[in-house]
Amino acid sequence: MTQGLSDLDTGPGPLSHRLDTVALAESTPDVEQPYADLGLKSDEYARIRDILGRRPTTAELAMYSVMWSEHCSYKSSKVHLRCFGDLPRGEHLLVGIGENAGVVDVGDGYAVTFKVESHNHPSYVEPYQGAATGVGGIVRDILTMGARPVAVMDSLRFGRADAPDTARVLPGVVAGVGGYGNCLGLPNIGGELLFDECYAGNPLVNALCVGVMRHEDVRLAKAEGVGNKVVLFGARTGGDGIGGVSVLASETFDAEGPAKRPSVQVGDPFTEKLLIEACLEIFAADLVTGIQDLGGAGLSCATSELASAGTGGMHVDLDAVPLRDSTLTPAEILMSESQERMCAIVEPGKVEEFLAVCRRWDVLATVIGEVTDGDRLTVDWHGERIVDVPPRTVAHEGPVYERPMQRPPDLDDLQADDPAALPRPQTPEELAAHWLAVVASPDGADKTWVTEQYDRYVRGNTVLAQPDDAGVVRIDEDSHRGIALALDGNARFARLDPYAGAQANLAEAYRNVAVTGARPLAVTNCLNFGSPEEPAVMWQFAEAVRGLADACRDLGLPVTGGNVSLYNQTGDVAINPTPVIGVLGVHDDVRTRVPTGWRAGGETVLLLGETRAEFGGSAWASVVHGHLGGRPPAVDLEAERRLGEVLRALGREGQVTSAHDLADGGLAQALAESALRYGTGARLTLDGDPFTALFSESGARAVVTTSDPEAVRATAEWAGVAVTELGTTGGDVLAVEGVGELPLDGLRAAWTATLPALFGTPEATVGSVPAGTVPTS
Amino acid sequence: MRIGVITFPGSLDDVDAARAVRLAGAEPVVLWHADHDLRGVDAVVLPGGFSYGDYLRAGAIAARAPMMADVVDRARQGMPVLGICNGFQVLCEAGLLPGALTRNSHLHFRNRDQRLRIERADTAWTSDYVEGQEIVVPVKNGEGRYVAAPTELERLEGEGRVAVRYVGGNPNGSLRDIAGVTSEDGRVVGLMPHPEHAVEDLTGPSTDGLGFFTSVLKAVVGA
Repeated sequence: MTQGLSDLDTGPGPLSHRLDTVALAESTPDVEQPYADLGLKSDEYARIRDILGRRPTTAELAMYSVMWSEHCSYKSSKVHLRCFGDLPRGEHLLVGIGENAGVVDVGDGYAVTFKVESHNHPSYVEPYQGAATGVGGIVRDILTMGARPVAVMDSLRFGRADAPDTARVLPGVVAGVGGYGNCLGLPNIGGELLFDECYAGNPLVNALCVGVMRHEDVRLAKAEGVGNKVVLFGARTGGDGIGGVSVLASETFDAEGPAKRPSVQVGDPFTEKLLIEACLEIFAADLVTGIQDLGGAGLSCATSELASAGTGGMHVDLDAVPLRDSTLTPAEILMSESQERMCAIVEPGKVEEFLAVCRRWDVLATVIGEVTDGDRLTVDWHGERIVDVPPRTVAHEGPVYERPMQRPPDLDDLQADDPAALPRPQTPEELAAHWLAVVASPDGADKTWVTEQYDRYVRGNTVLAQPDDAGVVRIDEDSHRGIALALDGNARFARLDPYAGAQANLAEAYRNVAVTGARPLAVTNCLNFGSPEEPAVMWQFAEAVRGLADACRDLGLPVTGGNVSLYNQTGDVAINPTPVIGVLGVHDDVRTRVPTGWRAGGETVLLLGETRAEFGGSAWASVVHGHLGGRPPAVDLEAERRLGEVLRALGREGQVTSAHDLADGGLAQALAESALRYGTGARLTLDGDPFTALFSESGARAVVTTSDPEAVRATAEWAGVAVTELGTTGGDVLAVEGVGELPLDGLRAAWTATLPALFGTPEATVGSVPAGTVPTS
Repeated sequence: MRIGVITFPGSLDDVDAARAVRLAGAEPVVLWHADHDLRGVDAVVLPGGFSYGDYLRAGAIAARAPMMADVVDRARQGMPVLGICNGFQVLCEAGLLPGALTRNSHLHFRNRDQRLRIERADTAWTSDYVEGQEIVVPVKNGEGRYVAAPTELERLEGEGRVAVRYVGGNPNGSLRDIAGVTSEDGRVVGLMPHPEHAVEDLTGPSTDGLGFFTSVLKAVVGA
């Protein structure tokens, strides 16, 4: 793909081997250009010619092609995403959609910025580097807002757990998420790991980062002040990741296509760690007027976005860009997605100090241009003008499509295929067997195999992390103020009804934050869907966005930003619509946080909320019957809000010793996880039909333990939340009337064995060392 | 009492080490790898992290940082030095402690709450424990497998220089379950597990790690 560019830009000779300057473009209007190879449609190419009044130069074509890609321009999703911007901002939103990440007021002068982003396609091509640079990219987004990144999370989806390709992709992705985040010194506080046939060939790697700053430290990405310098700092620019956004993120994989590995970036977390520390020192000394990270579309994106958001004019001298590979053409330099780079706008009088901070941290920093009068972004190479464009047309005025939408033709049949018709367990033995199957399924199983590879302790502020329902991080050691974060994305629900599914995911993340005792404040999202060129996918997307926006309005939560990942399909098979929703909450005092596990015997187990017979899209239907059909559980946001209030009050008053949200796998999963956490069993009696009680996935429910059930009952009933007493903790079995006794040992063995059996048991070999490996120090 | 915490490029647990020093009742002092100024500290902690990205070998580049020359000089005169994780790797590379840390036998980074046995309760950093005491602190590393030549291991065991040992499972394949070792004079200690992550009930699996940081207060006063 880059061949076309290189041909035109290398050295003297006939036209196809000369530097393609603006002057040359003006004099050779009829040269054929490889716009289609760069992912541009013919009408998009015509529009570029129209904007410029001539054909674009090779470098300009490269810039437009990456910036007008689906990944950068949101051209298919934009018309739908507008409804997030229409939501009431609420009292806590400081910076909304449009910047690198939204910013939320969490009290005491603290602001929190958080966002989740996909790196799906690169992670399929090259699992380790794809996942690693996904973490690196989202961390830079958070840093760019002026915040110190304080934690990461990851939401992962793969094809069937026992598929050979999952064994190729998963270990690399996990090692990449860990390798990069661990080396940056950011605790990984939670996430998701789910498996489904639909992700074979299209794994989802969504990474979240959260950062903390003071209100006055918020930074924005804009270039203002004529004469201010444009400084590129961080890693050198190399040939990696060229066209990543247009090639990888904006096209469907084709089984026949060429290997795409050169389009994946290579990460260097050590350089990023230095970049973080240098940036925070630079922010503290107030040395920048604007800043932008280099992610997808690299320098093309950073320069055009900075100029477009500012006064409009910028000049860049491309010869000044430090290179890893001196053979790169100017178009390649503009498109490169080499990692760990940032671009700052610095007043001339502060440049020396800026460079000194960078030197102290061994970060390479180079002045590559300046903010200019006027409204053009110009780029020179070897003294010749190769780019002269209005930056808004590159960055913010890309194409917008109202793509055709159509309700998936199979949806009626799917919804009519009600799980009520599935055979249910009839005997206590069958109930116990189904319970064990759900808990030991790859989705339900213990995730230690993954989370052991992540550092959860670094920085010393992690209060809760996986397997707790939400991650909780202390942000002030004196006041004990803290934040809670959860990521959830049930795609089975979204497949059955994308509107309700997106709402259910928001409700689940909201609940997960609330069970820790936090007050939910704001929402981010990563919307993973198939090809927007398919009307059925576009309909799913629009429904999910509409559902999410409506639910956010009902719960009074702003959407602070997010990410859209389309083209998650192989051939004509799209993934299940997967809206992954993140909710941020605040703890006024993290010491009152509520953990998930049962620690002590003799406590009363209570179920909060109402259970209906809802099995559509449930883990039981999927695990036991391989079934997906019917309707997802009804979403009752008012019930979610009331439950959240009750959980917060219970936490604040210290009335519960544990709380666990009910979601995938229903009560069966929640009871098993609560008991296994610290090895404390319980004797329980379920209300009504034990099958429904155990496996229904009705929302707005949580299970809590307490030594003061009357107080809990009073608090819950005051808020109109139903309370059902289930029994008492204690012993080493989960004993359920009508089901029997599940010994915790056996349950634990089944729960913990699944992932190691699939992906290897990394047990230490103690003892002898192979000859020749013993150092002689 | 002033205890320095050196920040190398890529150090990560320096804020944690400083917090542990503070909670132990001492004053943490920020030290910068490129300086030659120990700022009058009474003891030094080399924190965990990935100094220089673990490039070349973990700890190899940091061991040659300007500040390390001062640390080595003072350590040889008896200044207490604690190396945690990457800091342990730096101490081995700097020649202050014997042996080396290599890739975990299972090849994964591993973070877990780990049971340890204090084998020596008379070093500058472990005197607040009793010999044989078991504690729980987090371990988290990708290159934490302690190795040394067989004769070296025999000598270390003979001289009682294994300060801390893994119990209830060896997380990385370290020879003889060695989690930490000490210098001959008991003033320099290196260990892979992270006592600075077990200093508060709120954030750690225990507060068992605090003893490392309180021990050194007596070691310096008594010196």
